Amino acid sequence: MKKQLKFKVNGQPYELFVKPKTLLVEVLRDLVGLTGTKRGCNSSSCGACTVMLNGMSVKSCSVLALQANGAEVVTVEGLAKGNELSPLQKSFLDHGAFQCGFCTPGMLMSSTALLTENPRPTKLEIKEGIDGNICRCTGYNAIVRAVTAVVKGEYKEAK
Amino acid sequence: MINDFEHFAPKTLKEALALLAKYGDDCKVICGGQSLLILMRQGLVSPKYMVDIKGIAELSYIKDGKDGLKIGATTTHRTVEKSPVIKKKYPVLAEMETRLASIQTRNWGTIGGNICHGDPAGDPVPVLIALNATLTLAGAKGTRDIPVEDFSLDYFEVDLKDGELLTEITIPPPPPRTGAAYYKFNVIESDLATASVAASVTLGAGDGVCQDVRIALGAAAPTAIRAKKAEKVLKGKKITDALLKQAGEVAATEAEPISDIYASDEYRLELVKVLVPRMTKEALARAKKA
Repeated sequence: MKKQLKFKVNGQPYELFVKPKTLLVEVLRDLVGLTGTKRGCNSSSCGACTVMLNGMSVKSCSVLALQANGAEVVTVEGLAKGNELSPLQKSFLDHGAFQCGFCTPGMLMSSTALLTENPRPTKLEIKEGIDGNICRCTGYNAIVRAVTAVVKGEYKEAK
Repeated sequence: MINDFEHFAPKTLKEALALLAKYGDDCKVICGGQSLLILMRQGLVSPKYMVDIKGIAELSYIKDGKDGLKIGATTTHRTVEKSPVIKKKYPVLAEMETRLASIQTRNWGTIGGNICHGDPAGDPVPVLIALNATLTLAGAKGTRDIPVEDFSLDYFEVDLKDGELLTEITIPPPPPRTGAAYYKFNVIESDLATASVAASVTLGAGDGVCQDVRIALGAAAPTAIRAKKAEKVLKGKKITDALLKQAGEVAATEAEPISDIYASDEYRLELVKVLVPRMTKEALARAKKA
């Protein structure tokens, strides 16, 4: 009944056996043990479970884990280099771009995906880039400010 | 809670069709799963077998040629919206995709999956009706083509026979002096449509007369529908604001919307009356520039 799932998470190879109905978010949290990725609405609405799958942002609550077979997944734990946070992570801290923090992993993954694709987005493009992610605390302005600061080059990439 | 199922991940169309022929009614096709997994989680769909076509590379392509634009069924929404040829020659398609859902959903969901889901509030079908698109369905006995406007049968029901798979969408080359436009009305950006309208207008050479017009309504009936009576109001005439208003009113008589938490049926009819003239006017403006 279980099927083999071979994939990489944050550069680390994994070989697991999962039931076909298992969702990517369940594998990441329950089997790989990376609980940074949050399970929020579990219905593809809130974006808290956003991860990168082969460089694209996806909602991991709405992807069958087996569809990640052979893929490279990056979660929020994969953004820092060693102990050095990514520019977006640093900027989120400095700008208070969260309160409860539940949406933050998803916000970071969506904004990372945005900047990978378009390193110089306008304010509107930043808003569009995070429009699949819901935040109930900040009112989004602090998040947009944090991303804008990175776009302006105020934060350097870790070496 | 999703029920257990057996999962097959064919690598070719041929393998997929063989699996569909073998398991028939007990199996369901999954591609991006962006709509299907939601239904499965609610227990509304519990297939015994799932044929996962996400990995069939031969079904993911965009080709533009003499006989029009061909889009493979497993092409993602994001690939469609970013395609340079689609942005240039079929901009209405790219505009529709950009507002279809969140980026994450567009990255993984596919245009073919959306069409086969059969949701009357889906975005691609009204636009494809306006663009006079055809679908190619493959089965064990060969392939058949069907106009996209005949494909949706009822709420979440499409004309896919057991063992059939949607493989390709074909959009004919737009005639000269043709413009198309689409708008969905919704409360939250990138949510489903409360009501939507797609229109395509073709003008005659030099005379400015509406030679052909196609108007499609989304979320206004059990399926996306073509408002043929409204088209008749405009066809063969020089389009004026008064005629557009009349077309909107006629389109509302063709619609049979439902009431739900997003809007009442009366409200949806009002939207049709407003959006039909607005989008047809936009299509007309684009046709003049084409």
